[in-house]
Amino acid sequence: MADLLPDVDTLIAQLADALRPSLTADTALVGIHSGGVWIAERLHRLLQIATPLGMLSITHYRDDFSRIGLHPQVKPSRLPFEVEGRNVIVVDDVFYTGRTMRAAMHELFDYGRPASIRLAVLVDRGGHELPIRPDFTGINLDIPPGQNLTLSRSDDGSLIMSLA
Amino acid sequence: MNRQLTSDGQLKHLLTLDGLPRATLIKILDTAESFMDVGEREVKKVPLLRGKSIFNLFFEPSTRTRTTFEIAAKRLSADVVNLNIATSSQSKGETILDTVDNLAAMHADMFVVRHAQSGAAHLIAGHVAPHISVVNAGDGRHAHPTQGLLDMFTIRRYKGAFHNLTVAIVGDVLHSRVARSQIHALTTLGVPEVRVIAPKTLLPTGVEQMGVKVFHDMQTGLRDCDVIIMLRLQNERMKGARLPSAQEYFKFYGLTLDKLALAKPDAIVMHPGPMNRGVEIDSEVADGAQSVILPQVTYGIAVRMAVMALLAGGAAA
Amino acid sequence: MKLQIKDGRVIDPKNKLDQLADVFVAAGKIVGVGHAPADFHANRVIDAKGLIVCPGLVDLSVRLREPGFEYKATLESEMLAAASGGVTSLACPPDTDPPLDEPGLVEMLKFRAKNLPGPRVYPLGALTQRLEGTTLTEMAELREAGCVAFTQANVPIIDTQALLRALEYAATFGFAVWLRPQDFHLGRGIAHDGAVASRLGLPGIPALAETVALATILQLARHSGARIHITRLSTRDGIAMVRAAKQEGLPISCDVATTHLHLSEMDLTSFDAQMHLAPPVRTLRDRDAIREALRDGGIDAICSDHTPVDDDEKQVPFGESSPGASGVELLLPLTLKWAREMGVSLSQALELVSWKPAQILGIPNGHLSVGANADICLFDEHSEWQVSRRTLRSQGKNTPFIGHPMNGQVRFTVIDGHIDFEAPDA
Repeated sequence: MADLLPDVDTLIAQLADALRPSLTADTALVGIHSGGVWIAERLHRLLQIATPLGMLSITHYRDDFSRIGLHPQVKPSRLPFEVEGRNVIVVDDVFYTGRTMRAAMHELFDYGRPASIRLAVLVDRGGHELPIRPDFTGINLDIPPGQNLTLSRSDDGSLIMSLA
Repeated sequence: MNRQLTSDGQLKHLLTLDGLPRATLIKILDTAESFMDVGEREVKKVPLLRGKSIFNLFFEPSTRTRTTFEIAAKRLSADVVNLNIATSSQSKGETILDTVDNLAAMHADMFVVRHAQSGAAHLIAGHVAPHISVVNAGDGRHAHPTQGLLDMFTIRRYKGAFHNLTVAIVGDVLHSRVARSQIHALTTLGVPEVRVIAPKTLLPTGVEQMGVKVFHDMQTGLRDCDVIIMLRLQNERMKGARLPSAQEYFKFYGLTLDKLALAKPDAIVMHPGPMNRGVEIDSEVADGAQSVILPQVTYGIAVRMAVMALLAGGAAA
Repeated sequence: MKLQIKDGRVIDPKNKLDQLADVFVAAGKIVGVGHAPADFHANRVIDAKGLIVCPGLVDLSVRLREPGFEYKATLESEMLAAASGGVTSLACPPDTDPPLDEPGLVEMLKFRAKNLPGPRVYPLGALTQRLEGTTLTEMAELREAGCVAFTQANVPIIDTQALLRALEYAATFGFAVWLRPQDFHLGRGIAHDGAVASRLGLPGIPALAETVALATILQLARHSGARIHITRLSTRDGIAMVRAAKQEGLPISCDVATTHLHLSEMDLTSFDAQMHLAPPVRTLRDRDAIREALRDGGIDAICSDHTPVDDDEKQVPFGESSPGASGVELLLPLTLKWAREMGVSLSQALELVSWKPAQILGIPNGHLSVGANADICLFDEHSEWQVSRRTLRSQGKNTPFIGHPMNGQVRFTVIDGHIDFEAPDA
């Protein structure tokens, strides 16, 4: 199965090309921890975005709190720009049920009212559970439920996609 | 004490810091850290406790503590009901447990309890249905765990770590639930030297067995301290033949600039509040550069948010 | 009724008897031990094989809660509870409502008790009116009404002069005065003043509260010549003071409650109000001193200090709860437990709850001599049972021993020759 997984760097370059036409002067990129942040960092450089990079942890906005409580903190959210009236592009590694994006939108709106929100993801693996879709997708892969598709970063900074 | 934790180590009630594992205390502090920025945003809320009802059961009146619990609960999007029992059902002779039963029937998810008697929160925790959590907001002289936690949060913020500190708690330890909670937290978190400084009449019997070093002389006790925690001295202490006067107390146990100079130059001064200026602490110190008394209050909201979020969540990952 | 108690192991400490023997009862008296009297035909034969047959227990402190506290317990329920515990004589403290400070009240209590199945009731009269510690009661009249001694129960007398006068007055008539040594001011706390209470934030009662008061009592006793019985000792130092006073020749005796044989401040872990006791249980050292002193004669008797309390009075925060434990049914098993753990003989253990307390009370019970009152307890020393709301017959279910297993169960209690209690067959 590993040979079916695409090269991450190639996908990121493709995403950057897809996003470039939509950018405005004040567009902000916001990565969702942790994979989304790694990808957003690359995109931020490739697209030479002026606004500083934002990060969302969505820990406090997940919908499974009553069942499994607080997740251990990865990193806190940080949005070093004014959300009010801004065009925001949220970046994540894998789009699955859509619940992560719902939580991300909820959290974003608690910071202010953006002019627009678009979603860019590396992989859409199918299995959508909510009426939310990415606007920009690197690749569509049909992964059966029960299998985990994850992005990891090695010590030298390279990003690898794996299936478990 | 162990009725606070479930069989798999999850926090079920917060009644006292005595006996809580170090990992649990750290988890609460780390969780509080994650809530620190909520107060700086436009929408000062996260939806974690939406739909939950938190009842503030204050059998002993308090505006400060009750307000911070209320703010914390609302920032978690919970519904908050405030009950000052002193004025209502208690005076009609209703027992604590009857009051609790009536409120539980109104779908309470959590009780935040303050009472003048030691052990009141334990009594309630032992009585409520399994899905209800109890937070002790202060019971008699016994414990004030959220205050102890916010004091630890403060220390960690300013000092970074616990393992290399000398901490002094000054004042009426005998009557202080805050001091007891602080002592438990400090010893559990690995502070190598915890000192109590007070006249004999204000120290509990056998206090050394809680893991502290006793000093009656403030000059000696403050030497080289990294953290100084001043406790409030209440007026009643003069009436109970424990102290002659506030003036004599201030002279020998009050924190002034020159006594502060005996501690390390970067020592921080804390006070759980409310302060009695000129009794246990001089205004110059309270308002001075080394005082962290005001920030302590902000941290209180984040810490209480953390406690309530950890109690209300399901089996945490 | 003529009764034959057959094949039991008879233990009679006063007469230094410990052997298999039959006991014969007629007209409320013991008429034979080991040999039947001539022409004896039993109406009933009790098979006591495997059982201990001993004098009925004499409990120096059992609160019957009448008059005045009927919501806590009634005479009927508590007398039955006592009988089920093998108790055949009991002394009840005067802290009722109103207190037993008038002959009429004492007479009424005795009358009520006489007409109920259960132990002989020996009221203790109040030493001062309303137990307030200022005016004397009519001790001689109360004596005639049936009071065997005078006491303040748990209410200390603050006015030392009044206490001295009370002792002198009692000494005039040769009356015994029972006093619990507790200084009023030092005693204003709720748990033993030590590391545990400090940790739990409970106001403490230092050992000093007992020893300071005891010193005063002993001095006043020396001066007045009154016969003193010290109730509910709780401290190592207190025991030493009483021992020294006895050696000096003072007419003094003392007792301890069953709770203090086994519990200490270390058992005060979770603010359970069942552990709120008066006097408080103290350190392990104090507890061990009590256990040792019972063995070597430093303490003369064990009592239950039976204090039944309504559930509501215990289901409140510790500091608001009423002190005291229900325990007349546990007098025997808790004494046996102590004896087992200390390697003390059954005879010596039973003496502490029968013959010795009878002597302190000045009553002709507590032994199985021929001609004595037929007050007899038959128990199975090995039978195990669990203390629970269901197994306790007292209306007071307030005991720190709830859920604890006990060894030793009464099968029959004979009082005045009648079988006042018979255990339902297992």
